[in-house]
Amino acid sequence: MPEGPAPAPVTQRLRVRYAKRGRLRFTSHRDISRAVERAVRRAGIPVAFSAGFTPHPKISYAGAAATGVASEAEYLEIGLTETRDPARVRADLDAALPAGLDIVDVVPVRAGRAGDAQARPSAFADRLQASEWRIRLDGVSQDAAAAAVAAFMAAGDIEVERLTKKGRRRFDVRAAVSACELDRRAAEAADAPCAILRMVVRHSTPAVRPDDILTGLRQVADLAPPSPPLVTRLAQGPLDAATGGLADPLDPDRETGLPSGDEAEAARGPARPQPGDTASVDAVSA
Amino acid sequence: MPVESIFPRLEPLLPRVQKPIQYVGGELNSQIKDWDEADVRWALMYPDAYEVGLPNQGVQILYEILNERDGVLAERTYSVWPDMEAVMREHGIPQFTVDAHRPVAAFDVLGVSFSTELGYTNLLTALDLAGIPLEAADRTDEHPIVLAGGHAAFNPEPIADFLDAAVLGDGEEIALAITEVIREWKAEGSPGGRDELLLRLAASGGVYVPRFYDVSYLPDGRIQRVAPARQGVPWRVEKHTVMDLDQWPYPKKPLVPLAETVHERFSVEIFRGCTRGCRFCQAGMITRPVRERSITTIGAMVEQGLNESGFQEVGLLSLSSADHSEIGEVAKDLADRYEGTNTSLSLPSTRVDAFNITLANEFSRGGRRSGLTFAPEGGSERMRKVINKMVTEDDLIRTVTTAYENGWRQVKLYFMCGLPTEEDEDVLAIADMAKRVIRAGREATGRKDIRCTVSIGGFVPKPHTPFQWAAQCDHETVDRRLRALKDALRGDKEYGRAIGLRYHDGQPSIVEGLLSRGDRRVGKVIRAVWEDGGRFDGWSEHFSYERWTSCAEKALADEPVDLDWYTVRERDEVEVLPWDHLDAGLDREWLWQDWQDAVDGTEVEDCRWTPCYDCGVCPTMGTEIQIGPTGKRLLPLSVV
Repeated sequence: MPEGPAPAPVTQRLRVRYAKRGRLRFTSHRDISRAVERAVRRAGIPVAFSAGFTPHPKISYAGAAATGVASEAEYLEIGLTETRDPARVRADLDAALPAGLDIVDVVPVRAGRAGDAQARPSAFADRLQASEWRIRLDGVSQDAAAAAVAAFMAAGDIEVERLTKKGRRRFDVRAAVSACELDRRAAEAADAPCAILRMVVRHSTPAVRPDDILTGLRQVADLAPPSPPLVTRLAQGPLDAATGGLADPLDPDRETGLPSGDEAEAARGPARPQPGDTASVDAVSA
Repeated sequence: MPVESIFPRLEPLLPRVQKPIQYVGGELNSQIKDWDEADVRWALMYPDAYEVGLPNQGVQILYEILNERDGVLAERTYSVWPDMEAVMREHGIPQFTVDAHRPVAAFDVLGVSFSTELGYTNLLTALDLAGIPLEAADRTDEHPIVLAGGHAAFNPEPIADFLDAAVLGDGEEIALAITEVIREWKAEGSPGGRDELLLRLAASGGVYVPRFYDVSYLPDGRIQRVAPARQGVPWRVEKHTVMDLDQWPYPKKPLVPLAETVHERFSVEIFRGCTRGCRFCQAGMITRPVRERSITTIGAMVEQGLNESGFQEVGLLSLSSADHSEIGEVAKDLADRYEGTNTSLSLPSTRVDAFNITLANEFSRGGRRSGLTFAPEGGSERMRKVINKMVTEDDLIRTVTTAYENGWRQVKLYFMCGLPTEEDEDVLAIADMAKRVIRAGREATGRKDIRCTVSIGGFVPKPHTPFQWAAQCDHETVDRRLRALKDALRGDKEYGRAIGLRYHDGQPSIVEGLLSRGDRRVGKVIRAVWEDGGRFDGWSEHFSYERWTSCAEKALADEPVDLDWYTVRERDEVEVLPWDHLDAGLDREWLWQDWQDAVDGTEVEDCRWTPCYDCGVCPTMGTEIQIGPTGKRLLPLSVV
C-alpha cells in the first residue's frame, strides 16, 4: 500500500456543461479529458483524487460526442475537496481551457443525503435520454434534403450496417429519431449553399449516431453530400413526451435552492475572484 | 503582403484523416504574431509526426526565443502522415504551419531540427509539399532558406544537396544571430539575392553553407579534399556553445498540446554536455563541456512551467541527470515542494550507481516503485572497457540489490549489440548478468516476483566519436548474436521467466549507419528512396530495408562505393572523413588515440573530477566546465 495520508474526501460535487466548438471539434474524448485535468490544475481548483498507487482526479464524463462532432451540450462531473462558488469555477475553468472548449454551466449536486437517488452519478446519466442534433450538409439543395427527410420519416424501419466494437452490426435507425426537420431559415442565412437538418434522436443501444442517420438518408433517398457533414449536438436531456423537445438535465439539481452557475454569476456580476476569497456556496446565496 | 491561412481549405478535409487534432494547432502557450509586422519569419520544423515533434525541447526553446523578439515571428510545422499527404496532394494544399496555417514556402527560413538521420526522407516530403525545390541549387530568391540543426547536423553531408545551410550546436544564440543577418540584408533591399545572403551567413563563421565547399574524391571513392569554393568562407565551421544556461531559462511557457504526444510532461534541462566519455555516445562528445543550470534556476523553471502548463509530471533532463553536482538537493527540495500535490518527478538517463536509488526513492515518495532503468551498455567487463562505460558487474549487482531492497520490483537494463571488437561471448554475457541480477534480487528480498527486462539496441558508429573510424557490425551478425542470447535466456528454467528481452533486428541500424557517416553522394540514395515512397523511416511499420538497399544499389551504380563501403568498412587514420571540416571542438588526434585506447580496453576518467585529458573542446571553443555546487537550496513554495 502507498504510504502517507489518505486523500482528502470529496466535499462538493459539481456538474458541468461544456461545449466543443469550431476547430476544437476535432478533439477526441481522451484529448478533452487531458485538457480538462490540466485546466483544473492551472485554475487551482481543489479537485479530489482517488486513492491508490496512481491517484486520478475525480472527474467523470457522461458520454462524449465523437471526434469531429461539435457540441453545445457535453457533461462532466467533478469532485472537490473544498466547497467553491460554482460561478467562479465556471469562470476560472473556462479561462484555463483553450478557446473552443468552453464551460457553459456549473451546478452543484445537492449534498448527498443517504438514499438520495438524484445525487448519484448514474442518476444524471439517466437524464440524458436523447440528443438534439444539427447537421449541416454543404452543397446539398434544400429540396433534395426535404425530399430525403420526408422519405426517411415515412419509412417503417431503416436498417443500416456499421462496424461497432462488437463487430459488424445491422440495426434500425428510424425508430430512434423522434423528430427531424429542415431548418430552411438557417440554411438561407449560411455563407454557402447548404441544407441544415435538425433532429431529436433517442439514446439507444447500439447508439444511433448522426452518421448512421446520414447512411439511412442515403439508403432511402440517395442523399449523398459531396463533402463531410458538419454535425453539432445542440442539447442533451430528458425527452419531453408532450412537446417532443429536450429539458435541461441540470434543472433537477437547480431545484435544491442553491444558486446555479448562471444565477450566481448574475448576482455577483463578472467580478474577478479576489485572493483569499473562499466564500462558500452558502455565503454566496445569503 | 498578408499571407492567407490555408485552414478554410483544410478544415473540410480533416474528417478524412486519422487524428485530425494534430493538424489544428491552438496549443496552450502557442502564439500567432502579425505577419506584416515581422521583418524575419521562421518556420520551425521537427521532421517527424506531431506526437513526437511537439514535445521536442529544441523546437520549443527556439519558438519562444524567436517570438519574444520584436519584428520576429516563428511558427511550427511537423511531418504529416501519409493519409494527410495524399489528401493535401489531391487538393493542392501546401505544407503548412500549425500556428496560423500559413504556407511554409512564404517564410524566410525553414529551420529543421534533426535529432536523428531517419528524418531525412521526411524533409523531402515537406519541401515537396511546400512547393520548395528539393535541390538547394534550384531555389530562387522567392524560397525560404532551408536550414538544418540538431545532433544530426554535425554531419549534414548526406542531405547537403537539399540544404541551404546548417548550424552545429546550441541554437539559442545562433538563431538570433542569423535573424539579425537576415533582417539587415532585407532592410538593405536584399542586395545580391539569395547567394549574397548565404555568403553573409557563411562568412560569419557560424553557419555552414554546403554549396560554398567543393568535395573532390580519389579514384577508390575516398574523399580527397573538402575546400571552400568562395572567398571569405572559412575552412572549418565551428559549433555553438551557450555558456550560461541560467541566462537562457527556456522553455518558460511550455506548449501544451490537445493531442496525445510521446512526452506528457514539463521538461527542464538541468545541464548540457557530458564528459563521462562513453565512446559510442555522439551526444556526449559533441555537447562538451558540461554546463549546469543552477538549483535555483531549476526550481524557478519547474514552478513557472507547472503553473503555465498544468502538467502533472516534471522531467529533469540531461545526458546523465544524476551527475548534476547538486542533484541530491534538487531531488529532495523538489520532492518536498510538491509533496501531496500529485505532481510526479522523473529522472531519465541515470547511470549505474547506488546513489541513484536514493534519488529514485526521493522521487517516488508514497507512490508506486515499479521500475528502474540502468544502462551498462556492454554485457562483458571487456566490452565495457572498450566503450569506456566504467561500471563493473559488482557495481551493477550492488545497485540493483539496493533497488530491490528499497521496494523496487523491476529493473530494466539497456545494452548495445554490434559494438567494435564484440564477439559472440560478449553478447551472451548479457544473459549471465541478467541472471545474476535476478538471483541478487531474490536473495535480497526473499521474493519470487523479481523481474528484469533486457533492452538491446543496435550500435551505429557516429561522426565526431572515437568510433567514427570503426566498421559497423553487419546485420546478419547482430541478428545471430541476438538469437543466441534469446536462446540462452529462454532455455533457462530457473531465471528465464523472470527476464524479458526486447530488441530490434539489425537492418534499420545499417541504414542509420549509412545516413550517419555518409557523404554527399548518399543524397542520391535518399532522394531515390523518397521518390520510391520512403517516409517515416524511424517507424518500423513504414521502414523498408529492401527499398533502401535496392535504391542504394541503383543510385550508387556509377560510383566506386556502395552501402557496405559506407557501413561495415573500417576507416584508417589518414582518410578524410566527410565531416572533418565541421568542428565540434574535439581534437582529431585525441579521438584517434581514444579509438586506439578503446581497442586496447584502456579507460578514460571523467574530466569533471580528474585532470583534463586534452580532448580539445574547451581551448578550441573558448569554453570551460561549469558546475556547482552553489550551496543554495529551494525554499518551500508560498501557499497561494
